[in-house]
Amino acid sequence: MKITFKLYATLQDLLPAGAVRNAVDIEVPESVTLNQIIDQHKVPRELAHLVLVNGIFHCAEDRDAPGMLKENDVLAIWPPVAGG
Amino acid sequence: MSWTRKILRVNLTNGTVQDEPLNMEWANDYLGQRGLATRYLVDEIDPKCDALGPDNKLIMTTGPLTGTIASTGGRYSVVCKSPLTGAVACSNSGGFFGAEMKFAGWDMVIFEGKSASPVYLHIENDVARLMPADDLWGQSVWAADHALRQKHQDPQVRIACVGRSAEQGCLYAAIVNDLHRAAGRSGVGTVMASKNLKAVVVRGTEGMGNVADPSQFMQTVKAGKKVLAENAVTGQGLPAYGTQVLMNVINEVGALPTRNMRDIQFEGANEVGGEAMHEPRKSDGKPNLTTNGACYACTIACGRISTIDRTHFSVKDKPEYWINSGGLEYEAAWALGPDTGVDDIDALTYANFLCNEDGMDPISFGSTVAAAMELFEEGVITTEHTGGMELKFGSAEALCWAAEVTAKGEGFGVDLGLGSKRLCEKYGRPELSMTVKGQEFPAYDPRGIQGMGLAYATSNRGACHLRGYTVASEILGIPEKTDPLESGGKAGLVKAFQDATAAVDSAGLCIFTTFAWTMDDIAPQVDAACEGDWSTERMMEVGERIWNLERDFNQKAGISGAEDTLPTRLLKEGAGSGPAQGRVSDLDQMLPEYYQLRGYGADGSMTDETRQKWSLPA
Repeated sequence: MKITFKLYATLQDLLPAGAVRNAVDIEVPESVTLNQIIDQHKVPRELAHLVLVNGIFHCAEDRDAPGMLKENDVLAIWPPVAGG
Repeated sequence: MSWTRKILRVNLTNGTVQDEPLNMEWANDYLGQRGLATRYLVDEIDPKCDALGPDNKLIMTTGPLTGTIASTGGRYSVVCKSPLTGAVACSNSGGFFGAEMKFAGWDMVIFEGKSASPVYLHIENDVARLMPADDLWGQSVWAADHALRQKHQDPQVRIACVGRSAEQGCLYAAIVNDLHRAAGRSGVGTVMASKNLKAVVVRGTEGMGNVADPSQFMQTVKAGKKVLAENAVTGQGLPAYGTQVLMNVINEVGALPTRNMRDIQFEGANEVGGEAMHEPRKSDGKPNLTTNGACYACTIACGRISTIDRTHFSVKDKPEYWINSGGLEYEAAWALGPDTGVDDIDALTYANFLCNEDGMDPISFGSTVAAAMELFEEGVITTEHTGGMELKFGSAEALCWAAEVTAKGEGFGVDLGLGSKRLCEKYGRPELSMTVKGQEFPAYDPRGIQGMGLAYATSNRGACHLRGYTVASEILGIPEKTDPLESGGKAGLVKAFQDATAAVDSAGLCIFTTFAWTMDDIAPQVDAACEGDWSTERMMEVGERIWNLERDFNQKAGISGAEDTLPTRLLKEGAGSGPAQGRVSDLDQMLPEYYQLRGYGADGSMTDETRQKWSLPA
């Protein structure tokens, strides 16, 4: 299935070719876990701090469970960041 | 004792300056800067006084760690009664001015009365003089800064100054120091200009020789810097991307107020965020961001130094803006961008330059333009009012024009200088003002981040993110992640953030340290620098005392719990998209518990019991 994959800040260089404005569409199996996508793109797990699916945060325990994604979902990841 | 124990009192009516000892009893209860200056303000002015009259006072104030080698120990604050809100104003700034005040030997400068003609204050160590400023009146901050440097022939003076917006009565005028750092919020610059005070020029060579336990201080400061360096946020994220890294985060979680908070996500967010500032532009191959920059003693260096594309319509005929200067920070970028619907990063940078050049709070300015744009789209404001400008959401031309006319107080810029609340009232649509207690919102929609709704509603200076930044927990997971859409438990979270922030703001440190530091990292540095025992527990007590002192001032100024509320839009109109789709702020579910935790009455009033508990003045 197709999902949109986004990496931001110091992780953005790890995006695959073809990414525009931090986002790229990728094909993933339906049984995929969030950590499998994170590992596949060589994102260090300790830097996958904010892991959002359609804007909703997924904690570390969720990331090894299959079924967290469905067709056309948006997976966006940030390292630890802050501002204000 | 990192206090110098000396205050400079400047009576602008009489033209006198005199020194007096710092009240150390109050320093023990309120630490410094925000807390201590508020204690002086409470003692010295009638809370009901006219904020722009001679009876208001303006206090420039440092903390005990200001001027030391503690990381970020360069902060100073400006405390007065706000003309925008009628509440207590306390605006905090970095740069180098605060540390220089300390090097000259002063904890605080209190300005009272009003000068008959424009003046500036020149301080060189223990010599302070009021000087005529007739030739500086009518000049921008940048022009006045240049003229003062020429006059004093000392490249190391530090200058805090107001611009033309303040002189023209813009109610959210800032005091700008070091050209692009600002005590930005609540109209402290307007108060300064109302006293005919154009600038403060300070040079100090006395240094900091007054740390209580120098050896212990060196150790605690070194340990603190190690924590900041090794933390991913303060050691890597903030230096590289600045606060602007938040633009895409807050948009993704569905809490980016857009088009005067009509929407909650902005389709152009990635055009104006931190990542976009790094992208080479077509015209010259250079990115918007030239480099990062640090304030005095800061080891984080989140500041942005930027340029505008020289081919951009805003500056193509104005080479004076082909410079490196203070670039976009998140809150400013949000107000100038998503809130006005403008996705042109050069237009935002130009408007931001003008806010620095003429001393305007970019949050209040951008939010007021956003309100004006909605009034225009509703047909309430027309081109007859604007002199022909189509004030439409998304118009970069309109944004740049609005910055120009407001900076100089010309034409429709006078209306924009009123701020969102008074502008919307003037045009008969008060419900379109996105403000609390008269102050404009910053960059987080409380429908998508529930704790921030309570933080805004109860902030002692009106809508503000820097009085209780629960975004850290609710979105960023600092110190631990909480659910932004859950309102349960947020009363305690907001109170904890409010109290801790009041203590940090009173120490002379930057609040951004708290992305890595806890109070257990801060208290030992204060303890080593200051006489007495400054434990984590005492710091939190000081913070809570300060919070209640401010609240009590506001109550005496006539601001009741009824004003602890949010605009109807945020309480009644569900968010249109994102995770918070359909949600409103659950303020009514959080506020009673908050009042209970604070020890206030059910209507939010300060009780005698709470006043006595914190030994607040009668």
